[in-house]
Amino acid sequence: MQALSSDTTTLQNVTTTERIPAVEGWFTTSEPYTLIGAKCTGCGTVVFPPRSGSCPSPDCDGAELEPTPLSRKGKVWSYTENHYAPPPPYVAAEPFEPYALAAVELEAEGIVILGQVATGVMAADLSIGQEVEVDLQVLYRNDEGVDHWIWTWAPSAPKGSA
Amino acid sequence: MATERDLVVLGAGMHPWGKWGKNFVDYGLVAAKAALADADVAWRDIEFVAGADTIRNGYPGFVAGSTFSQAMGWTGAQISSSYAACASGAQAMQSARAQILAGFADVAMVIGADTTPKGFFAPVGGERKEDPDWQRFHLLGATNPAFFALNARRRIDVFGDTVEDFALVKVKNSKAGVGNPNARFRKEFTLDDFAGSPIVSDPLRLLDICATSDGAAAVIICTPEYAMKKLGTLQGTVRIRAVSNTTPTYPQVRLELPDIATDSNSVVQAPARGFKDSIAYNAYEQAGLGPEDVSCAEVYDLSTALELDWYENLGFCPEGEGARLVRDGVTALGGSKPVNASGGLASFGEAIPAQAIAQVCELTWQLQGRSDGHQVENAKVGLAINQGLFGHGSCTILSV
Repeated sequence: MQALSSDTTTLQNVTTTERIPAVEGWFTTSEPYTLIGAKCTGCGTVVFPPRSGSCPSPDCDGAELEPTPLSRKGKVWSYTENHYAPPPPYVAAEPFEPYALAAVELEAEGIVILGQVATGVMAADLSIGQEVEVDLQVLYRNDEGVDHWIWTWAPSAPKGSA
Repeated sequence: MATERDLVVLGAGMHPWGKWGKNFVDYGLVAAKAALADADVAWRDIEFVAGADTIRNGYPGFVAGSTFSQAMGWTGAQISSSYAACASGAQAMQSARAQILAGFADVAMVIGADTTPKGFFAPVGGERKEDPDWQRFHLLGATNPAFFALNARRRIDVFGDTVEDFALVKVKNSKAGVGNPNARFRKEFTLDDFAGSPIVSDPLRLLDICATSDGAAAVIICTPEYAMKKLGTLQGTVRIRAVSNTTPTYPQVRLELPDIATDSNSVVQAPARGFKDSIAYNAYEQAGLGPEDVSCAEVYDLSTALELDWYENLGFCPEGEGARLVRDGVTALGGSKPVNASGGLASFGEAIPAQAIAQVCELTWQLQGRSDGHQVENAKVGLAINQGLFGHGSCTILSV
């Protein structure tokens, strides 16, 4: 991705095979899609978003954290639906379409992580405890026409699906 | 009983809350002069000025202590300027209190003022990819109301609260605010008004979410000796029993503004007392008081549902039972545990650095029996609590 040239044709060719993340290093951009946390090499505690420099535990002197893939699936801890376009730096589609956000608990890591819910899945389709998994979708397209991707929470078995 | 260490609130003053878009310093000057007059203290006698900062008003906002000092006229006083998001006012209070308790000053002014933009609070300008506040807006569109809504949804699905319970908080607070001349919204809302209120972040409607406001508040605090010299008695004076500015304990397992994720509890077990519970607990410990002693409380009702959380965090009821208190009128003006008798943020809207100081002004007047139109009968102990972004909790307890 770092090798992208400013040549638009090249960019568009690349985006068909490689997805450009809206934030570096927080999730994989090829399957299987997972969020990427940081794991302390000393005590083994995990943190998301990934960080470096110091373990978040006050009882650990660890300064080395290494990237670690997090569980793909989790359970909805809570959810909501935005009915108004968030202000910048959010890049809102026009016209704005309401979308859902979910805070999802990853059991193995003991972490709750917020994310947008896959487009089209609304609050009425969600419930606390429901299983969801990581997927990706386009967050915004920049001025050069390049799509930037973000992780989403997508129901593992959407309601009403066959 | 108050002790020698418990400082005195000698005077309080506010500029009413509203939305005029004037320079925040103008509001602050009105509050400062009102507080000085209330305390009967001359500006030149103030030895320490603790300013609560605003981050949306340019450089003068970042150095509020000196900004207000210059506006009032330099006197060579010692100063501090504090930013702690919604807890900024309480942080300024603690700065002045610590200065006095350390013996560096006898009398201080604590002051905050704000002018706010319309609409959603957005992060301050510029692309700051490492800033979690910038990240949550840019990557998720996770506005403040979205966080309030996640919390409200938990209350509905886990505790069985209804959206009508949330609306009852606004109905209660708006009714109290009608009697408060410092409140911005002095209109009584009914449950019927909610049907026509648009959903902002499901399940919360516009009426469930507090507005942003302009306003200013100031208090003059001093040693008991200074008050004794001034008043000839400490009888009936309002004493500062506790100011707790508390951080979470790792792992913080509750999703709080502006975090995209909680800490992990896979290696270190979650503390027995959660963050918001600990904010209140630390203040109670400091004051030697408990929830049963509180006559009235001012809590940060950024959303209606959040007020119900505070009842539980403050120990007014067990977790999950907050809605019962508002349904039964326990927390209404005239109830046994009035909460937000001022009208709360529902009636004020939030003027960030001024809000925690306004809570202290309101409690001071309640304890002095000067809250005509929204007075809590026989108020002896008042508590104010709020939570600033990034784990800045604050709780102040006053008694008379």
